[in-house]
Amino acid sequence: MRALDLKLFRDLWHMRGQVLAIAAVIMGGVATMVMSLSTYDSLTTTRDRFYGEYRFAEVFAGLKRAPEPVAERLAAIPGVEVLETRVKAGVKLEVEGFSDPITGLILSLPDTGEAQLNRVHLKRGRNVQPWSADEVVLSDTFADAHRFQPGDRLAAIIHGKKKTLTVVGVAVSPEYVYQIAPGSMFPDFKRYGVLWMGRSALAAAYDMEGAFNDVSLTLARDAREQDVIDRVDAVLAAYGGTGAYGREDQFSNRFLSEELKQLQTMATVFPAIFLGVAAFLLNIVLSRLIALQRDQIAILKAFGYSYFAIGSHYVKLVLLMAVLGVAAGLALGAWFGQGLAHVYTETTFRFPYLDYQLRPVVALIALAVAAFAAVSGTLVSVMRAVRLPPAEGMRPEMPVAYRTSLVERLGLARWLAAPSRMVLRHIGRHPLKSLLTVLGIACACGLMMVGNYQKGAIDFMVDVQFRQASREDLGLAFIEPTSGRALHELAALPGVDHVEGFRDVPAILRFGQYRHRAAIFGIQPEGQLHRSLDSALQPVAVPPGGVVLTDHLANEILHVKPGDLLTVEVLEGSRPVLQVPVLGITKQYLGVSAYMQQDSLNELMREGNTVSGAYLAVQPGTEARLYADLHERPRVLGMVANKSAIQSFYATIGEFILFYNLVATLLAGAIGFGVVYNSARIALSERGRELASLRVLGFTRGEIAYILLGELALLTLAAIPVGFVVGVALVGILVVAFQSELYRLPLLLTPENYAMGAAVVIVSALLSGLLLWHRLGRLDLVAVLKTRE
Amino acid sequence: MPAEQASPVFIARGLTKVYRMGEVEVQALRGIDLTLYRGELVVLLGPSGSGKSTLLNILGGLDAPSGGEVYYLDHKLTGASEADLTRFRREHVGFVFQFYNLIPSLTARENVAAVTEIAESPMRPEDALALVGLGSRLDHFPAQLSGGEQQRVAIARAVAKNPAVLLCDEPTGALDSATGVVVLEVLEKVNRELGTLTVLITHNAGIADMADRVIRLSDGHIADIRSNAVKKSAHELSW
Repeated sequence: MRALDLKLFRDLWHMRGQVLAIAAVIMGGVATMVMSLSTYDSLTTTRDRFYGEYRFAEVFAGLKRAPEPVAERLAAIPGVEVLETRVKAGVKLEVEGFSDPITGLILSLPDTGEAQLNRVHLKRGRNVQPWSADEVVLSDTFADAHRFQPGDRLAAIIHGKKKTLTVVGVAVSPEYVYQIAPGSMFPDFKRYGVLWMGRSALAAAYDMEGAFNDVSLTLARDAREQDVIDRVDAVLAAYGGTGAYGREDQFSNRFLSEELKQLQTMATVFPAIFLGVAAFLLNIVLSRLIALQRDQIAILKAFGYSYFAIGSHYVKLVLLMAVLGVAAGLALGAWFGQGLAHVYTETTFRFPYLDYQLRPVVALIALAVAAFAAVSGTLVSVMRAVRLPPAEGMRPEMPVAYRTSLVERLGLARWLAAPSRMVLRHIGRHPLKSLLTVLGIACACGLMMVGNYQKGAIDFMVDVQFRQASREDLGLAFIEPTSGRALHELAALPGVDHVEGFRDVPAILRFGQYRHRAAIFGIQPEGQLHRSLDSALQPVAVPPGGVVLTDHLANEILHVKPGDLLTVEVLEGSRPVLQVPVLGITKQYLGVSAYMQQDSLNELMREGNTVSGAYLAVQPGTEARLYADLHERPRVLGMVANKSAIQSFYATIGEFILFYNLVATLLAGAIGFGVVYNSARIALSERGRELASLRVLGFTRGEIAYILLGELALLTLAAIPVGFVVGVALVGILVVAFQSELYRLPLLLTPENYAMGAAVVIVSALLSGLLLWHRLGRLDLVAVLKTRE
Repeated sequence: MPAEQASPVFIARGLTKVYRMGEVEVQALRGIDLTLYRGELVVLLGPSGSGKSTLLNILGGLDAPSGGEVYYLDHKLTGASEADLTRFRREHVGFVFQFYNLIPSLTARENVAAVTEIAESPMRPEDALALVGLGSRLDHFPAQLSGGEQQRVAIARAVAKNPAVLLCDEPTGALDSATGVVVLEVLEKVNRELGTLTVLITHNAGIADMADRVIRLSDGHIADIRSNAVKKSAHELSW
């Protein structure tokens, strides 16, 4: 068996170009899988550890104000394990040298000792000193965005009063892994910050001395979450409670969960597509490669090697190639995975550490899939070769029976010289092989389209969201619901072109067993700034007397259709429970929303013309002045400027997706080149003798290149439209798989997507053609005269 | 009987060829002086390893000698570029291989046409095939022809461009004796009717009787050159 093993390594060395190309295909598939799964595993593990170590609470509740002794009644509720009260204050922040509006949230820390729940992890500096009056710890996203260091100062407008704060530390919290301003679509680290401050200092500034307005708790082992929530709500009803909720509805956790769900889908769908295509290609390439070894198999049989010995020889050969590819894929995937996880934790989700995880089972799956694809592709060819009697195997293969091609039968033959006929007949004679080559190249083209599809889709979503639906320049929220008359004041401010008020009411929407916690937005039916869109993305007016839901909320979350009655549990004021008819469904790619006419919503809430905030159209160039004006107004709590929201989106989530795309594109490129080069290289092996004979007969290198490369070119061209179809289908799978509360991708492919798909195939074909051109120059003409194969 | 005044086609002087196989040098030709004339039928005879194929390859422009010179008419083949050698093969040389080397995807007629399409003043492919007795099998693909028929197509392909020289490397090597004789008859006919210098490699001494001259090679040298006073015709041969 040792001689056979030597042959194995010599063969591998001899075919090193092809071995590398095959390994590249496997590597592309495996790397995608390892990268995605390890990122998902890492983030999940990190999250679980962070939540555990820093005692992330399990139930949360907000309220207007309750005296501290109420906490004892809450703690006495059966099923409550640990309970902690806090003061939580929405504020406006001022940072020197930055004129845009900044919204902030200050949370209290116990004056002495460590927090029981939702502990912060200090990354730099120290904790707030007991009883200190002006010290704060900043969330790291905000601190990093403004380059705050311990010792720096900033100002906060708390309860209408300006207070200067000193930064002593920078921290992350399990409660704010994902930080996003209320009413914002994307995180914006420069314009939204979370701060922690000593309880007594914050209470003094926020008029909460001896009281609290925020509760978090953990549950005893066998407690039912809903029971505890109901009892907490009952206690807090008298204190303006806005409804207790579990982790599932906790803002940061909900986004993190949704995002991880997305990532899990990505980690399943992308690798399934990549590895599936790679396996398919591997199978094709190897079966053809083994078919070329027909005579050697015959000789081995003649020597007396058993079927098993020969079979295992070739299985070993392809397994070595597969292992090479898997090893490269694991290394590359782990490297990309670490990069990706870091991009994730630097741009969007903040953790104090990252536990990078590459589970052995991921590597084993990769190895198993690659090995199965390689071995199954090999065995079919080996079996076919082994079944021949040795003498027949060693004889030259019978000339394959050719016939005239369809093109010629159509009467076009007179325009075709012999080389063109050879191309056409060769394709026609091996329809299956040609079809598989076309399919293989098409898959590479499709993969490339999937790889870079998301960028165009995201541009489109952002365009629809901000140029069709939310067209306001600035959205602002009042500290509490306010009379609609306040809008006149806003409209009179210099630089304001147009104002539309809105009312938003936090509520739980229920239909049958389905529920969703969200706000109902009351908007203007004929609004110019904030509009709802129909399925053709045209603005439609919200009808009076009912609610209009975005498609994902209606179809996938609540399972309602127009005409159904929705139960709305309002979480504000007297907290009425209402029955509201669903009047329509609107199209929205980002987030989910429920819309009503503002008048109808006011009527439901039994209030007059009341608004929660306003959308503003602002004259360009007047923003800084306007921001300053608004900042001075105590009733204006927060502002979100759309332009900066879009910019921050591209800087955060966008960066992550683009990183993923870049990697996917590179891997698709590697697979594409592997396939095209192998197809061409095998064609050369299969036809080298024929081409060398023609050279001996006086054909030039250019003329025989035409025969070989002409076929490759024809198949490549045929593969491109097929590849477009494959690409659209793969993107379709992705779109369906990626539907989530955060966003739904549109099935939209840009001309660039098609161009990239075609380009990877064409460039691969050109490169392969160039490599073959050199090989054609080295064809052994003398050998052709003597050897038969 | 090559008259001394007949015009020479190939003139080789002091040809040597050394192959380097790894660390071993193999001396394939050790100084060959040879002149081949228009219209003669020459058999190169010798055991394997005697250098006859190397000599044929050098004459056909497929290989370059290590030393010495070869002239085809007034062209010097030694030192010619790859492109020049390709043109030389294309315009002047017809090859016949032991294993026919037909293009399986082309019919008999088209296999011949593949060469005539790139030649300067070729015969019609149909005429070339008629010459080898295959006028009725023009549109058959190689898979539909017997080995002898395939070899005759290969000969038709080689002669269709009206080459000055026809080089045949063991043309009957893969055929049984009866079929081989048919192929030799075709070569003989081509040589007689077209006057093409025909060089035929064989290790089968029986075939030598149909040659004008028999050149016996041994160990890279010309052992002897014998002119047949009386040529046998191919159908008289057997082995």
